[in-house]
Parts: sequence; structure tokens; C-alpha cells
Amino acid sequence: MTLSEEELAEELADGTLTRPPSRARMVAGRFFRSTQGLIGFAVLALMFLLAFVGPLFSPWTYTDKDFTAFMQPPSARHWFGTLQTGSDVFAVTLRGMQKSLVVGLLAALVSTALAAVVGAFAGYFLGWTDRVLSWVTDLLLVLPAFLILAILSPLFGSGQWPLFVVMLALFLWMVTSKIVRGMAISVKEREFVQAARYMGVPPVRIIFRHVIPNLSSLLIVDATLNVSSAILTETSLSYFGFGIQPPDVSFGTLIADGSLTAVYAPWTFWFVAGLLVVTVLAVNLVGDALRDAFDPSSGKA
Amino acid sequence: MAGFLARRLLNYAVLVVVAASLAYLVAATALDPRSNYADRTPKPPPAVVDAQLTVLNLNDKTPLLQRYAVWAGGVLRGDFGKTVAGAPVNDDIKRRMGVTFRLVILGLVCGSLLGVLVGALAAVRQYGWFDRLSTGLSFLVLAVPVVVLANMLILAGAWANQHVFGRQVLLVSGEYSAGVEGLGSQVVDRLQHLVLPTISLSVGLIAVFSRYQRNMMLDVLGADFVRTARAKGLSRRRALTRHALRTAMIPVVTYFAFTFGALLTGATFTEKIFGWHGLGEQLINSIFSNDVNTVAAISLLAAVSVLCAALAADLLHAALDPRVRA
Amino acid sequence: MDEPVLEVTDLTVSFGDVRAVRGVSYAVRPGEVLGIVGESGSGKSVTSAAVMGLLPPGARVTGSVRLRGKELIGAPERALNSFRGKSLSMVFQDPLSALTPVYRVGDQIAEAVRVHQRVGKETALVKAIELLELVGIPRPAERALAFPHEFSGGMRQRVVIAMAIANDPDVIICDEPTTALDVTIQAQILEVLKRAQAKTGAAIIMITHDLGVVAGFADRVLVMYAGRPVEVGGVDDIYYRSRMPYTAGLLGSVPRVDRRGRQPLTPIEGNPPSPAALPPGCPFAPRCPMHVSACDEEEPPLFEVGPEHRAACIRWQEVHPRGPGRHAAPSDGPRLRARGERSVLEVHQLVKDYPLLKGAVFKRRIGTVHAVARVSFDLRQGETLGLVGESGSGKTTALTQILELAAPQEGRIVVLGHDTARLSRAERTEIRRDMQVVFQDPLASLDPRMTVHDILAEPLRTHGRPDSGRRVRELLALVGLDPAHAARYPQDFSGGQRQRIAIARALALEPRLLVLDEPVSALDVSIQAGVINLLDSLKARLGLSYLFVAHDLAVVRYIADRVAVMYLGRIAEIGHVDAVYDHPAHPYTQALLSAIPLPDPERERSRERILLEGDLPSPANPPTGCRFRTRCPKFRTELTGEERELCVGVEPEVRPVGEDQGAACHYADRRGVG
Ligand SMILES: Nc1ncnc2c1ncn2[C@@H]1O[C@H](COP(=O)(O)OP(=O)(O)O)[C@@H](O)[C@H]1O
Ligand code: SF4
Ligand code: SF4
Ligand SMILES: [Mg+2]
Repeated sequence: MTLSEEELAEELADGTLTRPPSRARMVAGRFFRSTQGLIGFAVLALMFLLAFVGPLFSPWTYTDKDFTAFMQPPSARHWFGTLQTGSDVFAVTLRGMQKSLVVGLLAALVSTALAAVVGAFAGYFLGWTDRVLSWVTDLLLVLPAFLILAILSPLFGSGQWPLFVVMLALFLWMVTSKIVRGMAISVKEREFVQAARYMGVPPVRIIFRHVIPNLSSLLIVDATLNVSSAILTETSLSYFGFGIQPPDVSFGTLIADGSLTAVYAPWTFWFVAGLLVVTVLAVNLVGDALRDAFDPSSGKA
Repeated sequence: MAGFLARRLLNYAVLVVVAASLAYLVAATALDPRSNYADRTPKPPPAVVDAQLTVLNLNDKTPLLQRYAVWAGGVLRGDFGKTVAGAPVNDDIKRRMGVTFRLVILGLVCGSLLGVLVGALAAVRQYGWFDRLSTGLSFLVLAVPVVVLANMLILAGAWANQHVFGRQVLLVSGEYSAGVEGLGSQVVDRLQHLVLPTISLSVGLIAVFSRYQRNMMLDVLGADFVRTARAKGLSRRRALTRHALRTAMIPVVTYFAFTFGALLTGATFTEKIFGWHGLGEQLINSIFSNDVNTVAAISLLAAVSVLCAALAADLLHAALDPRVRA
Repeated sequence: MDEPVLEVTDLTVSFGDVRAVRGVSYAVRPGEVLGIVGESGSGKSVTSAAVMGLLPPGARVTGSVRLRGKELIGAPERALNSFRGKSLSMVFQDPLSALTPVYRVGDQIAEAVRVHQRVGKETALVKAIELLELVGIPRPAERALAFPHEFSGGMRQRVVIAMAIANDPDVIICDEPTTALDVTIQAQILEVLKRAQAKTGAAIIMITHDLGVVAGFADRVLVMYAGRPVEVGGVDDIYYRSRMPYTAGLLGSVPRVDRRGRQPLTPIEGNPPSPAALPPGCPFAPRCPMHVSACDEEEPPLFEVGPEHRAACIRWQEVHPRGPGRHAAPSDGPRLRARGERSVLEVHQLVKDYPLLKGAVFKRRIGTVHAVARVSFDLRQGETLGLVGESGSGKTTALTQILELAAPQEGRIVVLGHDTARLSRAERTEIRRDMQVVFQDPLASLDPRMTVHDILAEPLRTHGRPDSGRRVRELLALVGLDPAHAARYPQDFSGGQRQRIAIARALALEPRLLVLDEPVSALDVSIQAGVINLLDSLKARLGLSYLFVAHDLAVVRYIADRVAVMYLGRIAEIGHVDAVYDHPAHPYTQALLSAIPLPDPERERSRERILLEGDLPSPANPPTGCRFRTRCPKFRTELTGEERELCVGVEPEVRPVGEDQGAACHYADRRGVG
């Protein structure tokens, strides 16, 4: 067990530093080996492609109006049919999808980052930090988010959608943050954090180096699921006219209009509703598969 | 215990006060009741509008804090002020509260019970057909927002009435039809109105609760105490229901508090789309009609009910778990 | 001779492709105790679960299990339910999770009664209370109404035993029933099991990894390795005339509390094979010191090596164990060398209280836990101080107080010459560099998201040293790991290797003081020996001082120079290891030492145990005067009423009783214990 100097030198000489497959690569490997993850990812990629590349192939833009075709069913000329106004359903649907996807992604990103930081600080420091942060979290949980967003909707007028994203995120992070706080408390008790503390690593560095990375699986999964929450919330708000404001369109505004005419013009409702459901479903599948990929107990396939 | 409860209630009271005040202040700043008078014909003279708004405590020329003080004073006396039309907010809310309450409670009971049941069954036969089916369905349901689901249900209901029943069985508008006579037919009529909104509200809950219960149940299935129960000679079914399910239900209860806010929002959409005259419908209408006092009153009620749900979850948790009671 | 009650023949269990149990056969007769020994993962628990018919779905079982002649494998579920808990019952390892948390213990026992007997609720509850009384729970009628979380681990294990004997079973399978418990409680539980056996006449199958536990309890022993029995025989045959290198190795790797002096332990090299990748031939071959090429040809069958004694080794005739009994203590006398001059750690009258909280959701303070109450000790350069005591005695709390480097609630802590109450920032950083810590659970103490390289480099970076790959590789080599493995993650290593990584990290900054909190108690005996040897050699080479916390007194005797025995937040006895272990002066130390089972059947049979009664009292509400008096055998049996008054009225301080030995007892007297 005790090595002589030569042995040591020998060991060190051939001790080539080979980097192992990184954790990210391993998780990705497991993710793509699950059917569920693969399907979710493929569908989601397809949706993005459709939303951002699709319009290039469409003869109509979302502002165009075909005055020769009002409320027409799908045809070669209008793939998804037309609306009362003569707008091409395909073009407006893709435009709405772009908005919804971008809003959903950004809102999820912001809210998850917020949740991670607030939760980790509250859970790590406890005491007054925790009391203040938890109180704010509770307050936001108690405030009816929908109402505040609805009242503030005039502020999100045309072109102001980034503000909308921030407000949306502001009402999405609380539950995650509570979970993160709980987990941060238990991670803090874990011996590797204690070891770092007793080694003299400063607290903020411990939070960013040990605590948050060890919650990363939760956070990534949660970010994914927040994408779908954000899309759904955006849809509901816009449905009632409180979200994305005209002339901009999103899934919500389109569904609101479509639901009125759905009985006699199904194409105005079902294409949008279908795409929305498929998108969210794909996001959820990705989130669930990611959870499995992160969870070592789910077995190295 | 009593001291603890008192402290928790105090904390809740503070939260409600702050939340309601914030809601009032935001509403009073962002909503513009004056604009309601702009498209009246004939256009009332500004002085009259001012006078009316002042009577309703809605005049934006009065300083915000002064309006807030008047409103808060009223609330403390149990008076939520007047609607834009001049009627007392209290009367309106009282009438509508019952409607929303019935819908939410029914949705909650259906949603949580069925969800727990589905989740438990799925866990017991993990990877069986029922597990796969329920997992797939809950994924699908979770991808459908209430506004879309409600509209789909309406379309499906109309289709079913036409093609399956051949008459109006599933009613999609309002809580009851006017002019139905006799107790029996009234009950039937109410039930007919109830089916679709309840589905719309509870399907999402079933999906959420079943996923959660399934995971909890899977955790518990391998637990030592279930093995002990089996080692005593209990049959699998008895060990699962008496020991595993009973214990796995505990954490699900805490989850209940988290979902309650979402449930209220869901109820808002459901009411609005199915034309139930509840608080949710009123909330959306009052935002459009710049009805500051109604908006504030409803927010206050929402805050109170979310906290009541949290408290109920805690109490239920304590009732189910002796470790918490200790 | 009686017919066997339980006969297991050629039992195999596989999960998918993994064969966890590969041909286990044994038989037990009424009233007999069969011990099954083996390291974790050797298939002990799967075997017993297969016998009970309680394997998880997906397990394939072949072979035969006959209970009083009736075949259980393949029997219909209804029939199995009627056997389970009636003729065949089981006691599990972890008493904390073995009871359903939401039902009262009385009801849970009554349920066991009612499953098999047609009696009313009341009758069953009365029976449950009788059972609680039988397993030694005081005030059973009252305690039957309590919930499991209101019971200590030992008490819960008694409840589980009560459930197991509720229907007068023919066979009781005990799967590591005392592993999770402290030694004094373990002695109590073994006593209860003996009583239960006397009452029911049942056969007992005692599964354990602790060779001491079965030595005094079992009639016959079966040693398992890699899912197979490798040696079976009478208990004396196994311990004194072992014919299998693995058994002999196990016996050689156990540190013994009754041995003074420091012969290095002989660890078994390597790790147990994973059941998914067994070596061809003898499964023990890769670790066997007697391995020859013939061993790899085929798996050795169980050879008849003596009357009722079989061993699975082709070279069994050449195995000559240093039988544990005949292995005389070296006569180098007590190692009483003078203590070093420089003190690295001084703890003086340290006090730490915690608020005692109740409830999870409705939290409230209901008292104060006096976790550490005026504790003093010191540690000199190059010395190892062992801190021992049952769980809840305040060891960890004392340790964290030192590691925090903050002013203690009361008292004084001086680390490396600095009083922690008056540390400047720079001094604190300096101490953090010179004092390092190793924790119990090596997996938990290594960040799973970091590679070994990053883990070892973290202390270097934190203290502004270059984190050269060379230093990291040096450290790995120092603790006996392959330096090429720096790029792996902690999860890729076995338990013993992970603990070596944790030790390497602690050594990265060339500290002077190492604080070790139960560093080997999560490891298997065969692995533990290697880590102990490593720690011992590092200390000598690097001139370290250790503060070594453990509940295993044998390990401490092996590694420490001095030992402090804690009881309920106080030091009961402190001094040189040989002095304290050979002639303990405090009644608690005496009881503690006598509770430790020795892997030596003859001595176990002739030993007079000092049994402590009851559990550790709550540190929130310690007894007046001497804290040990509620359980003190001396107080109970030897002292006169007058003498007792002193124990009740005055708290004893540590007073010297020998050259380097002090005890906190008014009536301390040094005596040897069996
Ligand atoms: N953070 C804590 N809060 C409350 N009580 C504690 C805490 N840590 C330890 N204790 C209590 O202090 C006593 C001593 O515990 P500990 O130091 O962990 O002993 P040991 O290491 O010997 O097991 C126990 O009764 C334990 O419950
Ligand atoms: S058969 Fe060979 S390898 Fe196996 S225990 Fe015997 S000597 Fe060792
Ligand atoms: S002081 Fe008395 S009670 Fe305490 S250990 Fe000594 S004899 Fe026992
Ligand atoms: Mg401890």
C-alpha cells in the first residue's frame, strides 16, 4: 500500500489524464435511448422548424388578406383554410406558434433561474434570509397571478412582449423555488457540502458550485415543464384578450377566435388547438424523459 | 399547538392584507373607470362623471392613497364598496360565491379522489396496460389548456347531443335552465348542466394527482413496513390498501395546497366559457368594465381561499400523519 | 434427532440475468439457531426473502423450500399467506422503517394476531400487550397506544419481534436484526430473541455480517459468498477450524476489542465480485491468498471436510487459520509512552444545547437538548484520540463544534494554538487548511457531480495552491488508488475506494490535524481493515494527529492511543486505550465493553454479560446527579442506600484513577471485564 518512490514515479508517468464521458454526455445518451425522449425531442424540433422555417414556404404572410376567400376550408391555395377576415390560417398559425414558443421558452428560463437562486439562498442560509425570501414567495403565491397579469395587459401593447415574458415568469417561479429551498436544505446537510465548508470554501461559492449543480436535474426538468406552463398560461391570457395584443397573434388569440367559429368552420379551431397540444405534449415528454435520464436509479440502459 | 396556530393565522392575515392591498392598488392604477362614460350617448358632462366617480370612490382625481384608505376602511367594516353600476359589491359577490363554490368543490372532490385512485392503481401494476394508458392520457390532458379543453368539450357535447343521444342531454350554457318545473326535473336539469364543466375542471386535476400519487405509491411499495405487513401474513391487496396507500396519501395532501390556486384559475375559465354566473366570470367581466372594487374584492377572496386551502392541507396532513401531530 | 422444520434445497434466485442466489441449501431443526454470515451483497437477504416468498416481482426462484414437509415454492398465494406470520415469521434489519408510521404499535401487533387467529379486536389487543411485556417494553398497556415514531430503534425492534412471535411460529428469520442498533441495545435485543425462542421453541435463522453476533448465539453457521454457501458447519468448526480461505480471511480482518497491541489487520484484498460478472471457477479466486490456477477451472463444490462441516475450496486441507482463540496477545506490554509536548487541540468545558422541537408542520420548541455538557479533552501532536459512545451521546455535536471554528456556547476550544473565540479571518483560513475532516459515508461526502480530480483540487484551489494534476495523482497514489482514475466520478468506485478518495482530499493541504467521524463504519469488515491500516500508516508517515469518532470500540482500540467514552453529553471515562479497555473504571465503560460480542464462540459462551437496562435517557431531561445512574448496574446492585445518595445528588467529575486514566464516577474502581 505504501508506494516506494520509483513505484510512485512509474504510476505517475503512465497516469494519463483521460477525460471520462462528461455527465452531460451520459445524460444525453440515456435521454436519446428512451423512445419517449426521442419522440418528444423530434416533435419539438419539428415544431420549431415549422414555426420558423414554415412561413418561408407559404405564399401568404400573416398580415395578408385574401379578399377572394373568406372562411374557406383547407385547399391547395390555403393549406389550413382561411378566416372570416380572409387571413390564411396556415400563416397566422405559424406566426402564433413563433410567439408562443419564444414567450414560453424565455419565461421558463427566467422563472427557473429565479427559482434556483431564491430557493438556494433561502435554503442555504435559512434564518432571516429565508424568512424574507419565503414571505415574498408566499405573497406571490397568494396574489391571483391571472388577475394581475390581466389588469396589466394594456402595458403589453404591441411590441412590448418582452415585458409580458418577465411578468409571466414572475408568476411561475414560486412552486419550484419552494421545492428548491427544501432540497437545498437537505443538500446543505449532505456531507460534501459540510466538507467544503470545513475546507473554507465561501458560502456563495458553495451555493453556485455545489448546491445548485446538485439540483440541476430538478432545475432542468422544471425548466422544461415551465415551458409548457408558460405556453399554457400565455394561451389562456391571450384567449381572454389579456396577453399578446393585436395585431400580433399567438395560440391564445387564435384559439379564442377559432372557438367561436369552430362549429361550422372546424379548420379555424382544430389546427391551432392541435398544434398547441402537440407542442406542449412534446415539451412534457422531453421533460419526463430528462427526469429519467438524470435519475441514476432508473438504471444505465 | 394553539400558539403555533395563532402565529400561522397572523402570518396569513398579514399575507391577505398585503395581497389584497396590492391587488387594489394595481387595479386602481391600471383600470380606468372614467373611460366607461366616454362612449355613453349622450356623453355626460365631466362634472357629472366626476361626481358619480367620487360617490363610487373611483375618481382618479382623488389621490390613490386616499381612495385606498376609503376602500380599506370599508373592507374592515365588511363593505367592499360599489360596482361601476352603483350596486353594492357585497350583494353581487354573495350571490356568485355559491355558484363558484359548488363548481370548485365538486371539481376538487372528483379530481383528487379519482386522481389518487388512478395513480394508486397505476403504481400497483407498474408498466401494466392501465399504467401505460393512464400515463399517456395524463400527458395528453396536461397538454391541453382549460380554455381549449372547455371549448372541445362544448363541441363534443354538441356532437354527442346530435349524433348519440338525439336530443339535448349535455347542456353547455349556464347552471340551470329557466322555467323547469318540479324537483325531479330540476335536479336532472342541474346535473345536465354540471357534467361538462365538472369534467373540464377535474380532468386536469385527475392527471396531476394521478401522476403524483403514482410516484408516491411507487416509493412506498418497496418500503420496509409494507414488507413487514406481508410478513405478518396479510394478503397483497390488504397490505397495499391498509399500509401502502394509507401512507402514500400523506404527501399528496400537501400537494393539494399548491394546486388550489391553479384550480381557482381553472374555475375562472370554466365559468366564463360555460356561462356560469360565478366569481370567475365576474372577475373577467369586471376587468373589462374597469370595476376596481369588484376586482379587489375578488382578489381578496381568492387570497383568502388559497390560504384556507393551505391551512386545510396542513390540518389534513396532521390528521393523516401522527408524526406531524406529535 | 428431530426432523428439520425448514429445509431449503438448492435455492436459486435470479433477477433478469443476474443470479443473486446460486444454490443455497440448509436445514434447521426445532429450537436450533442457524447463523448465516456474509458481507453485504452476498445474497443473505435475497435468500431469506425467497424463503418468505416476498421477493419483488421479476425475481425467478428455483429449488425447494419445505416447511414441515410442505413445499412453499410455487405454492398458491393463499397458502403462503396462511404460513407467513404463523409458522414462518421474520424480523428485519431496519427497525425505524419496519413499522407503518400511521398506526399505533398495539394495533399493528393485534393485526398480526388477527390475521391468523379468529379473535375479536379486544382479545387481540390484550394479546398484543402481553407480547409487548414479553419483549421487555415497560408499561406495555400504555405504550401499546403509542405510534412507532415515539419509540427508539431498540424499542421498535422489540415490537417487530413481538409481531414475529405473535402466532408461536416454527421458524423466525432474523435479517440483521441488530445492525442498526448500538451495542448495548444489541445485547438487549439478542437477549429478547433468546427469551422469545425459549418461549416458542422456534428455530431461528440469524443473518448477520457481524461474526461476533453469531459466535455466542448460533449452533451452526453458514458462510455465504457471491450468492453461495462456501462453508457450513458447527459454530466451533467455523471459528476454530475454518477450511475456507474466505472465512479465515474474514476472521483475520476483524479488529478485536479484547486484543491489545497493534498487529496489522489482514484485510482481504479487492472487492466482492458483482453477481453480474462472476469470475470463472472459484468466485473468491481474485481475492484469495491461496489461489492456484486449478481454482479457475470450475467452481469448487462443498467438500465434506469434517463431521457436518463442509467447505467449498479445493485446497481445504491446506487452510490453517490462526484460530482466533489461540492467537495469543503479543507481550509488548502496555504502550505507555510519554505523551507529546505540543497540543493540537484542547477542548475545555464545552457546552452545546439545541432547542428541542416537536412536530414537522406545526413546529414548536418544547425544551432544550443538552447535547454536550461540559466536556474536556486534549489531543497532542502525533496522537490519536478515539471518541466513543452510543448514538445520541454527543460525539458528532462535539465534533461539529470544533469544526465550526466559532466561539462555543460555553467553554473554550483551542485548535492548533488558537482560541476559536478570538480568531481573525486569516487565522481561521489557516486553521481550515491545517485541520481537515473525513466523514462516515464516503459517497455522501464526495460531490457526485465532480470528477475525482476536481474533488481533490478543490481544497488546493480554495487555499490558493496550484491544482496541478501532479499533486492530484500523488495524492491518489498515496492512498493506494490508481492515479489514472482521476477523471472518474465517485460513483464509479467501491465504498472502500471512495473513503480513500475522501482521505486523499483531507490530505491535500498537508494538514496537521485530521478529524474523522466514523470513517469506517459504513464499510464491510474485509474492506474496513484496509482503510484502518491505511490511516494507521499515513499517521506514522505524515506525522498527523487524529480525532477519531466511532461507535465501534474495537476499531478505536486498534487505532487510538487514547480514548474518551461519552455518555449523554458527558465524558464517562478517558485515558490510555490499554488502560481503559483492560481495566475500565466506570460502570458504563464496563458495560459497554462487555456488550461487544467477540468472534470467539468459547469465550462468548463463558462470558458474564453486564446488561444495561432500557434506552439512553433523553438528553433534554437528563437524570440528576450522575447521568448514568438510571442504568448503572453498580448503582442498582452494589451500592448501599447511603452511597446512592451521592450518585443522585452530585454529578461526578472526571477524576484520575490511574496513570493515564480518569473516570467520572464516585465509586470508580478498575476491573477487568470478560
Ligand atoms: N441539529 C440538531 N438539532 C437538535 N438536536 C440535535 C441536533 N444534532 C444532534 N442533536 C441531538 O443531540 C444529541 C447528541 O447527538 P449527536 O451529537 O449526533 O450524537 P452521536 O454522534 O453520538 O450520535 C442527540 O440527542 C441528538 O438528537
Ligand atoms: S478454491 Fe482456490 S481460489 Fe477458491 S478459496 Fe480455495 S484456494 Fe482460494
Ligand atoms: S456515580 Fe454512581 S451512578 Fe454514576 S456511574 Fe458511578 S456508581 Fe454508577
Ligand atoms: Mg453520530
